[in-house]
Amino acid sequence: MHIYANPTRFLSLAKWLMPLLFWSGLVLSVGALAWGLVAVPPDRLMGETVRILFIHVPAAWLGMGGWAGIAISSAMLLIWKHPLAAIAARAIAVPGMVFCAICLATGSIWGRPTWGTWWEWDGRLTSMLVLLFLYVGYIALTQATAREGGSSKIAAIFGLVGAVNVPIINRSVVWWNSLHQPPSITAGKSAIDATFLVPLLVAVVGFSLLFGAIVLMRMRALIAEQQVEARLRRRALDDDASAAGVPVMEQA
Amino acid sequence: MKAKHQRLILIIAALIAIIGAGLIAAWTLRNQANYFYLPEQMAATPPAVGQAVRLGGMVRPGSLSTQADGVTVNFMVTGNTDDAFPVRYHGILPDLFVEGSGVVAEGSLGTDGVFVATNLLAKHDENYVPKELEGMGSAQAAQMAADTTIGLTQ
Repeated sequence: MHIYANPTRFLSLAKWLMPLLFWSGLVLSVGALAWGLVAVPPDRLMGETVRILFIHVPAAWLGMGGWAGIAISSAMLLIWKHPLAAIAARAIAVPGMVFCAICLATGSIWGRPTWGTWWEWDGRLTSMLVLLFLYVGYIALTQATAREGGSSKIAAIFGLVGAVNVPIINRSVVWWNSLHQPPSITAGKSAIDATFLVPLLVAVVGFSLLFGAIVLMRMRALIAEQQVEARLRRRALDDDASAAGVPVMEQA
Repeated sequence: MKAKHQRLILIIAALIAIIGAGLIAAWTLRNQANYFYLPEQMAATPPAVGQAVRLGGMVRPGSLSTQADGVTVNFMVTGNTDDAFPVRYHGILPDLFVEGSGVVAEGSLGTDGVFVATNLLAKHDENYVPKELEGMGSAQAAQMAADTTIGLTQ
C-alpha cells in the first residue's frame, strides 16, 4: 500500500488497471441488468417491480461503501500524510454521491407501487438521505479547499465524523420499526431466491468494478490538474525572473 | 514514540469516540425513532384517543372482512406476540395488501378500542421469491428462499 503512495508509481499502475476495471465492469453490469430486466421471472407479490432490485441494491451498497472509502482515505491522510490519500477521497466522493442518489431515486420509484408512497420518513430512508447531504457537503468542502487553498485536514476530519452514519444506515432497519424491510442478505444467509440472487450478485460485482474504474479515472484527472497548476506556477515564476525590470502591465 | 504513531493512536481513539457516541445516540433513539408501533407496544402503552400514530404488523390470515358498503374493511394486526389489534379502514386498499403480509396503518385509536386507519401502506418483507410460488405465506416463502439459495446458506 505504502509503495503506491508515490504518485508516479500509482500512475503507472492506474494506466493499465483502469481500462481493465472499466471494461470488465461495464460488461458485467450491462449483462446483469439485461438478465435482471428480461430473463428473471416476476416476484410473487411485487410482480415486475422486483427488477429495480438489480440497480437499487448495488447502488445502495456502493453509496455506503464510498463513504467507508472516504473515511479510510481520510484516516490515511491524517496519520501517514500520504499525498494520494486526499486525492483518493476527493475522487470517491462524486461517484459515491451519484450511487447514493440512484439508490434514493430507484427506492422511491419502487416504493410507490409496493408501499403505496413515494417517500416516508422512516429510519432507513432518512439516514440514506442524510448520507446524500453528507456527500454534497464533503464535495463542497473539498472543492473550496482546492480552489481557495487551505488544509485538506478539515475535509478529512469531516470524512471521519460522517462515517458514523454508515453503521446507522446499516442497522436502521434492525433497531427501529421501519417501513423498509429488514436486510435480505446478512452474513452467510439470504432471503432472496437464487433466481434473483445470482444476477444481483453479478450486478454488485459489475457496479463495484465500474466504481473502481471511475475512482481511478478521477484520481488521474486530479493528479494531472495539480501538475498543470504546478507547472503554470513555475512558468509564472520563471517569467517574472526573466522579465525583471519590465513593467507588469506589458507582460499581460 | 514517533509522531506518526501518536497520530495513529489519536485518530483511532477519536474514531472510536465518535462512532461510539453516534451509536449510543442512535441506540437510545430506538424507542423514539420507530416508524410505527407494533400491536404489543400499542397494547402495553396505548396512545391517547385521537392522537395520530402508526400501527404496523402482519395482517392476521382469515381476519380480513369487508363491510356491507364494500369499501370499509376490518382486520386484525399481529406482531411478534399473540397480541392482535383490530383495525378499521375506509378506502382503496394498496395492491400488495393481502392477508398474512405486512401493513403499516396511519390513523388513531377510536373510543371503541378499534384503530381507525386513514391511510394504509403495504410493507414488503425481506423475502424475494419468484411468481410460480405465489400464494405462499411469509414463513413458507422464507423457507423456500432459504432452501433455494445457493452458497450463502449454511
